Amino acid sequence: MADIGVRGVGETRERAFEQAALAMTAVIADPAGVAAREQVDVQCEAPDPELLLAEWLNALVYEMSTRKMLFSRFLVQFKGFRLTGKAWGERVDPARHCPAVEVKGATYTELKVSKQKDGMWVAQCVVDV
Amino acid sequence: MDLARFKRRSEHEWEIEPHGAMRVPGIIYATEALMRDMDDKVWEQVVNVAALPGIVKASYAMPDAHWGYGFPIGGVAAFDPDEGGVVSAGGVGYDISCGVRCLHTGLKTIDLLKHQKDLANHLYHRIPAGVGSTGTIRLGPTEMDAMLAGGARWAVKRGYGEEADLERVEERGQMGHAKPGNVSEHAKKRQRDEMGTLGSGNHYLEVQKVAQVFDARIAAIFGLAEGDAVLSIHCGSRGLGHQIGTEFLKRMAISAAQHGIRLPNRELACAPIRSPVGEEYLGAMRAAINCALANRQILTHLTRAVFAEVLPAARLTLLYDVSHNTCKVESHGGRNLYVHRKGATRAFGPGHPDIPESLRAAGQPVLIGGSMGTSSYILAGTEEGEARSFGSACHGAGRAMSRHQAMKNWSGRAVVDELAARGILIRSPSQRGVAEEAPGAYKDVSAVVDAAEAAGLAKKVARLEPLVCIKG
Repeated sequence: MADIGVRGVGETRERAFEQAALAMTAVIADPAGVAAREQVDVQCEAPDPELLLAEWLNALVYEMSTRKMLFSRFLVQFKGFRLTGKAWGERVDPARHCPAVEVKGATYTELKVSKQKDGMWVAQCVVDV
Repeated sequence: MDLARFKRRSEHEWEIEPHGAMRVPGIIYATEALMRDMDDKVWEQVVNVAALPGIVKASYAMPDAHWGYGFPIGGVAAFDPDEGGVVSAGGVGYDISCGVRCLHTGLKTIDLLKHQKDLANHLYHRIPAGVGSTGTIRLGPTEMDAMLAGGARWAVKRGYGEEADLERVEERGQMGHAKPGNVSEHAKKRQRDEMGTLGSGNHYLEVQKVAQVFDARIAAIFGLAEGDAVLSIHCGSRGLGHQIGTEFLKRMAISAAQHGIRLPNRELACAPIRSPVGEEYLGAMRAAINCALANRQILTHLTRAVFAEVLPAARLTLLYDVSHNTCKVESHGGRNLYVHRKGATRAFGPGHPDIPESLRAAGQPVLIGGSMGTSSYILAGTEEGEARSFGSACHGAGRAMSRHQAMKNWSGRAVVDELAARGILIRSPSQRGVAEEAPGAYKDVSAVVDAAEAAGLAKKVARLEPLVCIKG
């Protein structure tokens, strides 16, 4: 059992969530090598922004696991406590992507969604690998 | 870690005296050197767990403890349902029932070495490992539920292995009171094509040599002698367990306030054992235990098929199969307690009724996985372990360095070449995975095991050295 942190930083909360998802892909493989070929739609909800971040990442873990895909591009929109997301990627090719490890799930450890003093949003948590 | 924060109860026992919201003390078993190197977060997490409702006696951490989510990895905590005790998804971990199965091969290392390369290549070809890998078994809804209720016993009934295997698996191969109906469709879908797969990260299948025997009497009972070749499988409940962990962590975090539980941090999410969420989790978690037991049973079957081709003289029989991410109901001091072990191995002492009769005089085998390229250990539970830690010991080396740091320090190719020069064949679909799992990224497993023995948690029986490692 081992854990690793992911952190997304962006000008809006949406961008920070998208960057956190990209960081999660980077835990598995180099996102630069993952073609944004196929689109997958994701929807989730939670009672607050932090739980919503964990939900978003866990929804992607589920899609990666059941579709055997990796994602390299993301788009997030919020409607209250509801998130509508899109992820673009392709099927895992072990020879080309050289995936190091699979993510089991996003945890609530170091879970934080906040606006920094410089106006940038940060979305982060620890994922279990 | 700052040792001034502890009261040293004995050479290997470090106490955090109850303060603030703590209901019981915190106790870490380790040597002074391991304590100094331990993450400060372990202190914090041991303290947080000690504050949970219904905790009994102490919040424990094993010598390999490190920072986890909520509970430390290497954490042991028991809860009494009669005192409002809780069950925690984070206290079990996402990889429910991750564990180690060790098999005798019936061969001496010297005979196996002649076919070492062939064996490595065949095992790598036949054991699905790594990200995105799938098994050949597809389970429809009815079979999925039968597997979740039946565990390794289901697998044997379906032809994956032998009846005799079950005697040497914890719970005799089948975790009781499992509720497949409590497992979500999402969790089942994640498992649809993952039966009989190893996974990735620190999971492995390893052919090993018994390099050293420490206790000849117990080794004889376990059927181990120096020079024997054995095989170990380290993996868990795959996607199904991960999904159950994820879903119940959320439900427990949201429902905690309704149950009047004030969490110092959401990662400690838990629910009263006697609550609908708590009971539902226990039923689902037990189904995930069965999934892990079935998975290791299928992997055993695949391994036997490879040996039958490469080394037909081999006869693979189970030494034992023990999980290290669980919550189990056990009788301690006349009370039925819910014992969480997260990255900790059950280690019942000699005579315990849950140990197979053929091993009972020796104590339960405690299987400690090393990191790729380093030693693994076989220990036996002790009588003192019951009083020390509800009969629990360590589970492995524990990471000393982040994956990121390991990747910077080593290249996968170099690690594979260096180990090959030492006679250890690594086969893995991922060079980066190998770099991140480099032996140097882990603590010294020998120091951890020595500390567990010195603290009286378990007794060293044998040390194993790797010959072939299939890494996920």
